[in-house]
Amino acid sequence: MRNSETIQTDLCIIGAGPVGLFAVFEAGLLKMRCHLVDALPQPGGQLTEIYPKKPIYDIPGFPMINAQELVEGLLKQIEPFKPTFTLGERVEGVERGETGFTVTTARGTAIQSKAVVIAAGLGSFEPRKPEVPHIDRFEGKGIEYMVRDPEAFRGKKLVIAGGGDSALDWTIHLADIAERVTLVHRNETFRGAPDSAGKVHELAASGRINLLLNCNLHEVHGNGVLDAVTVADKQKQCTTIRADYLVPLFGLSPKLGPIANWGLNLDRNQIVVNTVDFSTSEPGIFAIGDINTYPGKLKLILCGFHEAALMAQGAFPFVYPDQKISFKYTTVNGVNGF
Amino acid sequence: MIHITIQDSSGNNANVEIPEGVSLSLMEVLKASDYNIPATCGGMALCATCRVEVLHCPEPLEEPSNAELDMLDTLPDASETSRLSCQIRVGPHLDGAVFRLEVGK
Repeated sequence: MRNSETIQTDLCIIGAGPVGLFAVFEAGLLKMRCHLVDALPQPGGQLTEIYPKKPIYDIPGFPMINAQELVEGLLKQIEPFKPTFTLGERVEGVERGETGFTVTTARGTAIQSKAVVIAAGLGSFEPRKPEVPHIDRFEGKGIEYMVRDPEAFRGKKLVIAGGGDSALDWTIHLADIAERVTLVHRNETFRGAPDSAGKVHELAASGRINLLLNCNLHEVHGNGVLDAVTVADKQKQCTTIRADYLVPLFGLSPKLGPIANWGLNLDRNQIVVNTVDFSTSEPGIFAIGDINTYPGKLKLILCGFHEAALMAQGAFPFVYPDQKISFKYTTVNGVNGF
Repeated sequence: MIHITIQDSSGNNANVEIPEGVSLSLMEVLKASDYNIPATCGGMALCATCRVEVLHCPEPLEEPSNAELDMLDTLPDASETSRLSCQIRVGPHLDGAVFRLEVGK
């Protein structure tokens, strides 16, 4: 799918977590408009996705606030600055042009901006890959880390690996669609929903699927495309299964993702910044929040807020090269939206 | 002092001394001791990039939480003795324990 429309903004903020959201406020005070991009389908980042109900105790002025409440407060706080969003799309590339940057997403959305602010937290959550030799050779050629279209497996021989809810659910769903489904799980038991685990055992007992417990993926085979998978049990006894597809479902793990290839100075997969304005090694690209690193870095939301305020000062000359910044208190000046 | 032994991915053993009374997780001790573990999520049992194998522990460790068990179960290559070091609180009961790093190769 490609979106042909190009979005124009002053700052393209990558990551709509708390720090990315607050950056809209600080940028807005300096009359800079923002567009946010996030791989998740809703704003809030980890707070919304992972711990919406958990209390946070170190937001100044709030003895305790739930993560989701904080996100809602931030969204309300930035309303006057009318931020725009591209959600559910992971950023892919950035290109420097004559007047700024173009950020593109995996789905083809393009965002033109004067400066780029990376507020991507832990990175984007990507499928966890098993350590099987040469597995990368068959990615997209028989190995799929998620089920996009179940019909693609119709009449095919399929190996699913994993023991979580998604492995169980897809095994049940695809049992009727694929020619043969083999579920490979490392343990004796499943921690997923008991209902689903029960169904999987029933399917195995009636011979409608193969269930290989206490087994690990060991090798993948094929000449260009996958044609077989070898699994090993705890005694290292190997079984090779013919397979058109292997679907490893081992959950999601946060990764820096394509940003790692943007040519920025990195230290242990975090972006090195100058603490004067949280600029990266590339002029016009800034990094704030959990994604950056500097001496004394603390991964705290409140530190990310501070970083957002200083970043806005640093980004201003990229948006308004001919203007001088005038620093004003909101108490004196109010919050003047767009 | 609490004495623990860390075996890195090359099989080298190193002794790590931890002052008694600190309130740290094993992950935090490993990072402070300059072991190259990503520990991306900062201790929320979300990424499993601080994983260790418990090779020896004189006293039983606290039982893993459901969140940790769910995460361990999800992993393709965890063993029966795998734990997330971010979920292991450091205390005198760890004295003499041996852990092998399963990440940061």
